[in-house]
Amino acid sequence: MTNKNPAGFPLTLQGDSAPMVRFAKVTKRYGQLVVLDALDLDVAEGEMVTIIGPSGSGKTTVLRMLMTLETINDGVIYVDGQPLTHMPDGGGLVPANGRHLRKMRSKIGMCFQHFNLFPHMTALENCMEGPVHVLGLTKKEARERSEDLLEMVGMADKRNQHPSRLSGGQQQRVAIARALAMRPKVMLFDEVTSALDPEVIGEVTNVIRKLVAEHNLTMLMVTHQMGFARDISDRICFFYGGRIEEQGTPAELFGNPRKERTQQFLRAVKEAV
Amino acid sequence: MLDWRWDFTWEILPRLIVATGNTLLAAGLGYAIAVVLGLVLAIAQRTPSQALTFVVREVVEFIRSTPLVLQIFFVFYVGPQFGLRLSPWTAGMIAIGLHYAAYLSEVFRGGLDSVPKGQWEAATSLNLSTARTYFRVIIPQALPPSLAGMGNYLVGIFKDTPMLSVIGVAELMHTANAIGSETYRFLEPITLVGVIFLAISLPAAAGIRVFERWVRRKLGLSP
Repeated sequence: MTNKNPAGFPLTLQGDSAPMVRFAKVTKRYGQLVVLDALDLDVAEGEMVTIIGPSGSGKTTVLRMLMTLETINDGVIYVDGQPLTHMPDGGGLVPANGRHLRKMRSKIGMCFQHFNLFPHMTALENCMEGPVHVLGLTKKEARERSEDLLEMVGMADKRNQHPSRLSGGQQQRVAIARALAMRPKVMLFDEVTSALDPEVIGEVTNVIRKLVAEHNLTMLMVTHQMGFARDISDRICFFYGGRIEEQGTPAELFGNPRKERTQQFLRAVKEAV
Repeated sequence: MLDWRWDFTWEILPRLIVATGNTLLAAGLGYAIAVVLGLVLAIAQRTPSQALTFVVREVVEFIRSTPLVLQIFFVFYVGPQFGLRLSPWTAGMIAIGLHYAAYLSEVFRGGLDSVPKGQWEAATSLNLSTARTYFRVIIPQALPPSLAGMGNYLVGIFKDTPMLSVIGVAELMHTANAIGSETYRFLEPITLVGVIFLAISLPAAAGIRVFERWVRRKLGLSP
């Protein structure tokens, strides 16, 4: 359950320097196991931050907490100046209720490792579902928006296909269009290429490259594609044991890692390739 | 020895055919109640409230562990003592609907469980409401794996409608029994009832299998 009445946290984040996303002393436990240990992490508006690290280091949990798929045990997460996990009440912060979560979730979109498209809907229907039934767009508006996005990810000609007729790379591109159709301010990419055959990874990473180049989205990505992360990220965070062991620009982190664990991890990754 | 009289057979057939209508009506109504209520019972076991889950589980177990005919008797004969005075039809529909709802809730529970967790997460990430998530995302995917079980219970409820004869619902069995009492001939009416049940059950079972494939195709779940 979300921690009650966290003390010493601001009710809102204000000012021009306020980050789009802030993790403030966020702890996540599964029973005895501490997955994230008092994490502090800011992501600025328009910034692309990639999280790397060995499995079990808590990197996917960071994204899942931000999407409200996991509760937190300590600390507060802020998105766009407002608390996400909590809401202001009586001068303090209390755990967010369903209504607050729904309001805040509309700022965030997520793409998953296994795409998670709705299998009984066509590509277009997958994209239109949220805009029509959550945002309240007319069918016509939602269709136009979805078709534009499917065009952008190169899936316009497959818009009437069900996911079972699409390859993994195609499904992931539809999933990106579906998430973007909600016009989120923050996009989360959780190992979006990990379940793909090597030859189709490029078609998904190219879509993300395009997003970085052409849109001012704030993005958080977990990936094992080090070359890709190096190319497009503004900042790389290396997670180890539920903490950020080291962070910096791609050039700093990949070119000149200071911590031994980072060096070890990058060496191991290089050997695996 | 076997003394089958065809003239008598033709004479009673129209009455039995009318009663077949009642049997189908009872099965249809009872099943409709069972499907809706079964879905409610299945979803009630998935709420965050552990108390609700516990109560619903116990109710389902209780209903499944006692005979249908007892439940029919109870609703019809014991109900009035609690001020619940129901016609045979109403009492029968409540009892049989509730009974099969308990069984169907188990079928739906399995179906709902079979929908991958990622589907819920995708629905959350798109900010869909819980109701929308159930009706638009989860239930359509829970349906195909539930259809085989649902079909079995559809045939089951149809074959169990003769139990309603104990409280005087004028379905097939009740009518055949009445004919027997009036004419002292049971061979033809009871045999005819068996033939009629067979003539409906067998094609229905085959029809359900065709329907199952059709639904899968319609939902785009099989190419």
